[in-house]
Amino acid sequence: MSDKTDDQLSPAARRQRGLGRILIAVYVILALAALGRSVFQIATKFDQAPLAYSLSALAALVYVVVTVSLLAHNGAWRIVAWVSLCFELVGVVIVGTLSLVDPALFPHDTVWSVFGRGYLFIPLVLPMLGILWLAKTKNKQVD
Amino acid sequence: MLEWLTWLQIAVAAVGGILGLVLGLVGRKPNDLTMGFTGVVALLLIVQLGVAIASPIMGNQPTGSLLEFYLYLVTAIFVPVGAGFWALVERSRWSTVILGLGCSAVAVMLFRMNVIWFIQGS
Repeated sequence: MSDKTDDQLSPAARRQRGLGRILIAVYVILALAALGRSVFQIATKFDQAPLAYSLSALAALVYVVVTVSLLAHNGAWRIVAWVSLCFELVGVVIVGTLSLVDPALFPHDTVWSVFGRGYLFIPLVLPMLGILWLAKTKNKQVD
Repeated sequence: MLEWLTWLQIAVAAVGGILGLVLGLVGRKPNDLTMGFTGVVALLLIVQLGVAIASPIMGNQPTGSLLEFYLYLVTAIFVPVGAGFWALVERSRWSTVILGLGCSAVAVMLFRMNVIWFIQGS
């Protein structure tokens, strides 16, 4: 949290900070949703599709890591944010493409199937926004 | 789960969601209206929790998975409560947007809960 209130910042810095806040809020919701769904899948029907449900769990963990690193968003955390955001983007693109090209590979839904269709494509758009935001901010600049 | 209560909740959460997003984006700080909607959304979820606990005892069984239903419900309760605390700690327009995002997410989750209870297994 910054010592400066919103009114003391320049309009650009204010916008930058606001986008960061919203990004984090959306990530918190997505992390909760993915975690909840993944816990349910693993608890009740893991043996039906170990690969798909392991993938869901992995995706959920990555969302948690991204959320935490965006919140901390300083020093080493920025590197963690970069790595996890890139992993997330690559993951959603690869799994999304595979699930369209060869649906038999992913008969059970994961967060990343068909580029995150089950989650209004938010899983595809969010890492891009995250990477853009990260690229535009520097250490301590907005927080 | 009661269908009319759920639809009422979805309506309240959707209105609160749109209100938060619009007022936040035009620059309003969290006020009684946006905080109020978030509070009512949270309160109705607690009522829903009570209804969900009582329903099976009174013969209203879910058609789908009760575990999945509760995962959604418990997660949903955290969302408006978290957004509300955020708005109390940081009084900026962005907190209003986040109140709106939280209410919108609850509306979607309630829709899903409704499907689990009434449609999933039937």
